[in-house]
Formats: sequence, structure tokens, C-alpha cells
Amino acid sequence: MYQTNYHRASSVQEAVEMMSNVPEGKYLAGGMTLIPTMKQRLAAPSDLVDLRHITEMRGIMVDGRSVRIGAATTHEEVATSVEIRAVCPALCGLASHIGDPHVRHMGTIGGSIANNDPAADYPAAVLALDATIVTDRREITADDFFTGLFETALEDGEIITAIRFDAPATAAYQKFANPASRYAMTGVFVARRDNGEVRLAVTGAGSNGVFRHRGLEAALAANWSPDAVANVTVDASDLLSDLHASAAYRANLVRVMAKRAVAAA
Amino acid sequence: MGVEGIGARVARKEDKRFLTGKGRYTDDMTVPGMKYAVFVRSPHAHARITGLEKTAAAAMPGVIDVLDGQQLLADGIGNLICGWMIHSRDGSPMKMGAWRPLANKTVRYVGDAVAIVVADSVAAARDAAEAVVVDYEPLPVVTDPVKALEAGQPQIHPEAPGNLIFDWELGDAAAADQAIAGAAHVTEMKIFNNRLSPNPMEPRSTLGIYDPGDDHYTCYTTSQNPHLARLVMSAFYNVAPENKLRVVAPDVGGGFGSKIYIYPEEIVCLWASKRTGVPVKWTSDRTEAFLTDAHGRDHVSTVKMAFDGNSRITALKVDTIANLGAYMSLFSSAVPTYLYATLLSGQYDIPAIHANVRTVYTNTAPVDAYRGAGRPEATYLLERTMETAARELGISPAELRRINFIRSFPHQTPVIMNYDAGDYDASLNAAMAAADWDGFAARKAEAEQRGMKRGIGMSCYIEACGIAPSAAVGSLGAGVGLWESAEVRVNAVGTIEVMTGSHSHGQGHETTFAQLVADRLGVPIDSVNIVHGDTDKVQMGMGTYGSRSGAVGMSAIVKALDKVEAKAKKIAAHLMEADENDVVVENGELKVAGTDRSVPWSQVALAAYTAHNLPAGMEPGLKEGAFYDPANFTFPAGCYICEVEVDPETGQTKIVQFVAADDFGNIINPMIVEGQVHGGLAQGIGQALLEGVHYDPESGQLLTASYMDYAMPRADDLPSFNVSTSNTPCPNNPLGIKGCGEAGAIGSPPALINAITDAIGHNTLTMPATPQKVWAVANAAN
Amino acid sequence: MANIRMTVNGRQVSGVCDDRTLLVHFIRENLGLTGTHVGCDTTQCGACVVDMDGQSVKSCSILAAQAAGSTITTIEGLAQNGDLHPVQEAFKAHHGLQCGFCTPGMVMTAVDMIRRHGGNLDEETVRAELEGNICRCTGYHNIVKAILAAAAEMGGSRQAAE
Repeated sequence: MYQTNYHRASSVQEAVEMMSNVPEGKYLAGGMTLIPTMKQRLAAPSDLVDLRHITEMRGIMVDGRSVRIGAATTHEEVATSVEIRAVCPALCGLASHIGDPHVRHMGTIGGSIANNDPAADYPAAVLALDATIVTDRREITADDFFTGLFETALEDGEIITAIRFDAPATAAYQKFANPASRYAMTGVFVARRDNGEVRLAVTGAGSNGVFRHRGLEAALAANWSPDAVANVTVDASDLLSDLHASAAYRANLVRVMAKRAVAAA
Repeated sequence: MGVEGIGARVARKEDKRFLTGKGRYTDDMTVPGMKYAVFVRSPHAHARITGLEKTAAAAMPGVIDVLDGQQLLADGIGNLICGWMIHSRDGSPMKMGAWRPLANKTVRYVGDAVAIVVADSVAAARDAAEAVVVDYEPLPVVTDPVKALEAGQPQIHPEAPGNLIFDWELGDAAAADQAIAGAAHVTEMKIFNNRLSPNPMEPRSTLGIYDPGDDHYTCYTTSQNPHLARLVMSAFYNVAPENKLRVVAPDVGGGFGSKIYIYPEEIVCLWASKRTGVPVKWTSDRTEAFLTDAHGRDHVSTVKMAFDGNSRITALKVDTIANLGAYMSLFSSAVPTYLYATLLSGQYDIPAIHANVRTVYTNTAPVDAYRGAGRPEATYLLERTMETAARELGISPAELRRINFIRSFPHQTPVIMNYDAGDYDASLNAAMAAADWDGFAARKAEAEQRGMKRGIGMSCYIEACGIAPSAAVGSLGAGVGLWESAEVRVNAVGTIEVMTGSHSHGQGHETTFAQLVADRLGVPIDSVNIVHGDTDKVQMGMGTYGSRSGAVGMSAIVKALDKVEAKAKKIAAHLMEADENDVVVENGELKVAGTDRSVPWSQVALAAYTAHNLPAGMEPGLKEGAFYDPANFTFPAGCYICEVEVDPETGQTKIVQFVAADDFGNIINPMIVEGQVHGGLAQGIGQALLEGVHYDPESGQLLTASYMDYAMPRADDLPSFNVSTSNTPCPNNPLGIKGCGEAGAIGSPPALINAITDAIGHNTLTMPATPQKVWAVANAAN
Repeated sequence: MANIRMTVNGRQVSGVCDDRTLLVHFIRENLGLTGTHVGCDTTQCGACVVDMDGQSVKSCSILAAQAAGSTITTIEGLAQNGDLHPVQEAFKAHHGLQCGFCTPGMVMTAVDMIRRHGGNLDEETVRAELEGNICRCTGYHNIVKAILAAAAEMGGSRQAAE
């Protein structure tokens, strides 16, 4: 890791101020992606502003079907939240399979979303749940937030403070893990509203990061059944191809994971 | 059997220190003034070095020095060598290219070391290593061993035209060809054995300390054989004469073969310690381990197996190309030859066998022995071919094997080996019973209901452990003898230290070797200490690899114990005024048989050292040494059965049961033996299902350089294993031991691939059987 | 440079290191507690697992500065008054270790796993929970056995205490 300077913020405002005073700073949440990236010398921030001790960014609030998760809430806290489980168990299930127990003790929902790793789990949920990303300065819809591989709508110095969504009628997440990294080689999050609207987001497979599959959404809106995905075409030309999975294989996994997600929802 | 003696499930003596964080691994060592090294490594798979600029790096904060290959050469440090001479069938010696510990002219694989930076901290050394400017003129690259032999490919070493290291053969080609020509059926296959990275969890590490006062060097290192490291570093690399070089391999966190070899880093750190005047420690990170630890396997073979009308094998013909990487590692030449082709008879009576093996240079990391070394390659080839033949002949796989089993011993194969003992039917029957083979059809039908494809596969392996005797291996080209040494030192109070040339890096020698002594002398196991891994403490030894420590290392202890016991009996007889032939050792006492006269062991020990009342002419003391050179290899064998369910929608394979029935000869500690089998199985299953080293064929870049891309077996990839043994003692060593360290890795891969191909109904599948690959094959088949 | 204070194995400790220094290196080099190991560069092998403020974490992926002010337990702090922790005892009794290198992380992981699941562990859960810990020696068979045995014993004794 290159030299860096560590700062610990105790409030969102202090964090933003700290960041504005350093040349090439980065916010540090759980650090479960950033620190490994810095270890490999693939990132070299001059300064790190630690958000983990900002109490206002932690915590889970569920009011009716409305859910608000502080950005510094860990995966473990989401996975074991009785409140979230009551309205959206799929999100608890997703969180309980991110990384490993040790990573879940540190990693946060805000950090995961801000990083937008193409193989991360949370972006699929945020997109399929039509969540709102709350920052220190505005609110961003999920459809506007994820803009490409490791790219988001966040501006310089902007901090995600919370994620908000209304729990759907039903939802599920199915992941096929990369045999080596255990990241999602293909993950599908599907959510269905009371009005029959279906949103389905795919992670791990898209060559441009997380994406909604409109064809699958339409088919499932018309017929909410695992069999409905059988005849939907998943275009492999937009999918990632690597050592572990060709685009054609990923296209198959998108369909299979979608089918299984619907069955599990 | 006593509670602590041979055959007892004794909990390990060494565990407490590991469980409490008190293990002492090389990277845990610190000495006053110690500094840290980082190596500058080639980012190119093949390139000429045209310049090296290090002034800026050397001036960076905390940097002690930056040393390069020209300086190493000027100081007379020698080339790394391969210690086993193989001759091609035309009689010419193998074509070994020069391997400099720090490349000074040409780099030949990504990770080839070019310079060393010594600094106050690892971070400072790494900062400076990035500032070393090496000018490279890239050269064309070849990574595929078959392609490397083709005309017009990049030439990797001037010494080896066409990249061919040797073209070697074993067996009778004419006899094999004749049998194949007259066969009722011939099964032909192309077999790939995937390249693996050994991945002991402790990365390699070394600490070089030069003491100018005595002109003496100390090398702490992650080695399976510290004496061999000292010998090679002295005799070939000119680091220091043996009496001025101490090599210590303290606690070592796994080896699996990869820590047999002497690598550039040990040599360079010792040399750098002298050049800089400070102790120099280097510890590999995991990516460096993937880049530079010797890999294993990487064979491409074609095979023809001929049968008569009664399904009896009449001949086997094998043609193998083995990738040895960019340089010949220490034992690399022996692996695809004498550890491979000699096992091609398997458990079967095969009248004619011929193997042709060509080894090649490529722009990849060196390849050498990895758990099993040659024997997994032979077993995979043979057992995949047997399975395929059974399918082609329409006979059950068990029946085809039974038809061809060797049943009388000793049995001379056409490929050197003389099997001494075994009962292959017993293992096969035990495995089939444990797996409920007969109930498989019902289980398959049930799985079908759930949309899963269930398959079952078996593998009957044989292997050869404790490679020996020294004269024989010497005649086959080995540069060293393959005996083992032991010294048993009885202290004046009766406690015992055993100095062994074997090295424990997970195998539990501190317990099993102590069990042997406790059993023999009737003393408490806590009064026995096993000392190993330090050339200053232990007499010359050959280390641990090839499942040799039990069969060879413990046999040496037996020989030393024989001498100790004989002397102790003389002393006891003298003390009790009895005939030494009437003295027996029992429960820690020396007794006159059939009487109530006895002296405790501790009293005999004390008498040996006070020397006040010894038999006339006897030397004081009670300490004996022995060297043991086995008469033959040992031949562990067994039958493994794997049952899988394949998810046809994803290609995911789940192992639903894995049965191992082994014949290891006599067993010292069943708990430890089971642990060895479990670990071996996990590595074999890893090879079959998950693991594979991949290089980009154009650039030679390693694509699997971390656990992000190299799939290591995790707990949820594996089932609990059903292991058992049915043993025939080895007649060739005093304990009847065969060796158990590698069996699991040798026998399991074909069982798994046979099961998956059975499940998907398609026989063309290469390792590792990743979900993607199985999905593609299964869907192509439908 | 960072001036770090924390509580490690019940003792107040302090040390000076680079801001970029990882917790694992602070523990190993500044504090001399070499039981915590480094086996990979990618936060996957788990040889570095320690307990931080009551939860298992990977000390190779946390800066020492991030951990300042926290309470850490390493493998060296698990045995009390010379008595092995029940998880350590179970690993020994069931041969859950061979070379010992992954062992400290495995043991710390098992302690945390049992903290969260109590006696309600089954083989499938244990295997899933071990996703972040790699062992090359044991094939996990005896590690799983040891954790189940320890969980049964600790779950039982905890119930008895309640």
C-alpha cells in the first residue's frame, strides 16, 4: 500500500469538511474493498476519511413497509435485522451471503453501493427494490445511481448517508457464486409489487455493471411464475466473459437464477 | 497396543503451540538489525534485459541497498540446477538451460527475479522496488507445451533446441505395438492433467543472516528438507561451505512438495546479508507464491489400452508431453519419468507397457513435484482409461478391474516396479460396500425426480512411496541418496530426544515418532522429544516428501532404537547380574524375563552416564545413530468411490459421498493417517473440480494469480469423507509401513471425473470440471 | 505516522506506525504477537482473523489506525490461566489442525461462529460459515467435527449456566 493519511470523522459534516481539505481523498467505510485494493496498489488515495464512527449513518428504521438503512450499517446488521426480515426477508438473505462472516462484520451497505463493483450483491437489490440513495446533499433514484463499472452518480466528496425503499409484496435473490472469488458470477434480485409491477436486476454478469432485464420483467409481470422466464431471450452480447464464465454461460445463469428467484419469492 | 504406543489415536503433542499462537514460522523470526527484502520481478514472460537503473530506488527513504544479477554473478553465486539426470532415448543427456537466481540477461517467465531491494520495512522496500527501472526488450512467448515443440516457436534456452529437454522412454515399444495390433479392443484417449499451484497456507519465507565474525551464514527457511538445502547451496550455488552454513526450517506451514526445492530467494537473501551487513528477511505474498512457487502436473497425453476377447489388458501405450516451465527445478526431471511411467501398470497385470515422455520448456513458472508427483498423473490416465474401456466394453467398472487385478506378490511390472504386497480386491470390496454401490440405481432415480443428474465413479490407485534404495535411484540418475537418518539420545534422567532427518510440516512427526519410541521402550510419550529441521542439531538427513517419513524416517529410528536397546540391556544385565539375553524391556523397565527382578529405564540411563558400574570395556553414554536405506519402494493402494449430483441447469457438481478404502500397511496413529487422507482427498478433489493455473497464451501473463481467480477448495465445496483401511503390511521395512501422505491426492481425481461423466452421460471432460465446463459438455451432449 | 492505542488481550497497548500499516502487521510487528498470520493478499484465507469489539474481523484488511481505540482479542488471548478454550480443546481432540498455519484464524472464526449460533450448529452451517477461511491440510473434515463438538459442549454449558 502507498502512503496515505488517515482521518476519523465523527459526523457527516465533519467528513465532508475533511474531504474538502485533502488532495485525493477517499471515504473509508468498512474498507472491505478499498483496503484490499490499496494493498494491491491499485488505488492510492492521499487521505482516507473513516466514516465508521459516525453514529448518524448507522441503524435500521422500518415504519410500516418503509425501510431506511443507514449507510454505515454492516452486512451482518442487515442480515440479522428482525425488522427488515419482517417486511423484506430477501434483503436479509442477500446480506447474509455477502463475502464471509468477517467481511460482513465490517462491510457496509453504503460502501458496497458507492463502490458499485460489477460482482457485488447489493446493487442488484437496490435497483430491483427501486430504492432511493440518500446522500449528504440530495436523493438519487437507483435507476439514476449506477452508471457503469465502479461508476456511480456520486459527485466528488458526496457521501451516501442512507438507503430507503418501500418493501415489495415479495422478493428474492439468487446468486451463482464464482468458484474462486465467491463473488456473484451471476446474481438476480427480483421484486414484485402489490400492483403486479416486477423489477428484476442482474449483478455479476453485465459488462457495464448491474442492470435491469426488461424482457424478464415484462414476462414476469405478465405471468408471475418460474416458467415464465423459459422463453425470454437473454442477450449474451452485453454480458461479461472471463476465465470462469463465458457470456453464453452467464446468459444461461441469468435465466436460471431468475427462475429460481421467482420460485423462492 | 498401549494408549500411547503404535496404533493408538494419540492427540498431537505439537498442537498446543499451534492452537495458542505460539508456533514459530519463518516469518515470525526477528533478529537484531533485521531488514526486509522485496524482489523486483519481471512483468514479461520472455524478454531481454537491456538496462537496469537503480540509483533513484537506492536513494529512497529507508533503503539499505538494491542488488542485481550482475553483482550476484560477479560474486560467483552459481546457477540453480536440476538434481536428477535423465537421458533421452538417443542416449544424450537432458538439455538443462541456465537458471540465474537473479536474471542478468534474459527473463523467461512472469515473476522471474531480477533484483532485490533491502530496506527498513517491507513497505519501503516495495516503494523502492517500483522505482527500479528495468529496460526490457520483449521476446515472443510460448506457454503451451504442445505448441512449444512445434517448429518456429520461440526458443527459450539456447541449450535446448526446439525447447525439448529430453525425449525419454520406458518399456517395450515393439511388444506394446504388437499387442495393440492383435487386440480385440483398443481404448484410445487424450488425457490432460491440469497445472496446479500447491498453495501451502504459509507462503515461502527466508531469513538470511551473515555473521562476519565467524564468516558464517544462517538461513531460516520454509523448507521440507533443510539438509538438502544446505548441501545444494554449498555444493552448487557457492553460497558458503557446509560447515559455514546453518539451515533451519522451523515450523513450516505446509509444503506439499513446493518447499522441497531451493529457490532463488534463499540464495539471494544470504548473499544480500553479506553484501549489506544486515540480516535480510523476505516473505512471499500470495501473488508471488502463485507466480514463483513450483507448480505441479501439466501433462498432455495420448493413451492406447489394448484388450483381449476376455477383457484382459494386453498392452498399454502412452505418449506424454510434460511442461517443465521456464527452468528445470530441483527434481523436475524425475517427476514425469521415474515417478510417473513406473506406475503405469496400476493395480493391473499388464504384459506390455511402453511410455514415451517428452519434457519441454515454456514461458511459465517451473513445474516440479506436487503432492503425489507423477503418480496422480499416471493414476488419472490409467483410471480414466479403465472407466472408458468399461463403458466401451459394456462391463461394469468393478468387473473390468477385477478381471485385471494383480493377485500374486511379489509382482514384477514391465515398468521397473516390483510390487511387494497388496490385496486390491479387499479395498475394492470395502469401498463398494461402504458406498452402497448396489443401491446407486435407486438413488439415481430419486435424484432424477428432483431434476438432478446423479453419477458414480471409482478409481483403483497404486502408488510408490519412500523412493529407494539409494543405489537404484542413483543408477537412474538421482543426484542424492534416498535413505534417512536418526539419532536416539537418552538423557541421564531417562528422557529421550530423537534427532530425525525427516521434517514435519503438518504430518505430526512429533507425535507419531514419539509413539514409536514410547511403544518400544515403554516410556511415557511426554518424555520423548522429536528434534528436526536444524542442520546444527540434526545429523545429515534427507527430509520429507514422497510419503517417506514413516517408511524410511521411522525405520531409521527403529534401527537406532535397536542399538540403544541392545546397549541398555547390557547395562541392565550387568546391574542385575543377569544374562543380557534374558533382559526384556517392558513398561519402562528392564526386567529379567520370568523373574521379579527389574531396573527402571531411568536408572539404566543414569548408570550409562555416571559410568560408575558399566560392563568392562563399555563406553559411557546412551546415544545411538543409524542410517536406513530401504530395500524397495512401498506400494500403498486403494479404491476410491465418488458419487455426485450435477445440476444440469448450472453445471454445478455436488459431491454427495466420497469413500476411500486404503491399504497403508501398518498404522502408527489412525487419527493422523485419516487426517492425511482427508487432506489428500481435498487436494485431489480440488484438482478435479476447482483448481487450474492459467496463463494468457499470447502474453504469458498469469491469469490465476490470487484466490480471486484460482479456486481453492473451501469447506462447503467438500463433503465429510468416509475413510477406512484394510491393510497388508509392507514386508520391506521393520514397521510394515507403506505411507499415506499422498494417496488421497493420487486416487481421487479420476473417481470424481468418472462420476461426473457418468452423471452427464458424456465422456469428454477435462479437469477442473468447473460448472461452466460441465454445463457446456452436458448441453452439447443433449 | 499514527500513534495507536488499543486494548489487546486485556492489556492496554500503544505503538507508532505508518497510517498505512495494517492491523495484522501492527499486531505481529509492533506487539510481537505472531500467532495471527497472513496467508493471502485478497481478504480470502482468514489466517489473520481476530476479534475486534466482539466480532471476528480480518486484520489484514483493516488499518491499525481504523482499529485504534478498539478492544482486540488474538489467538494468544483465548486460553485463560493456561487452560485451553473449549474450541482449542476440540481442535486438539479431533485433529482439526495439521501444519497449524490457518489454525489461529480457524479457531477465532469458530469462537465467533459459536457466539452467534450457540449450540444450534449443523454441518452445513459450519461449512458455509467457513467460507472466509482456507485450510490446505485437513480437507476441513476434522475442523468441522471439532467446531460441532465445541458448539455442542459450549451450547450445553451455556444453557446450564442460564
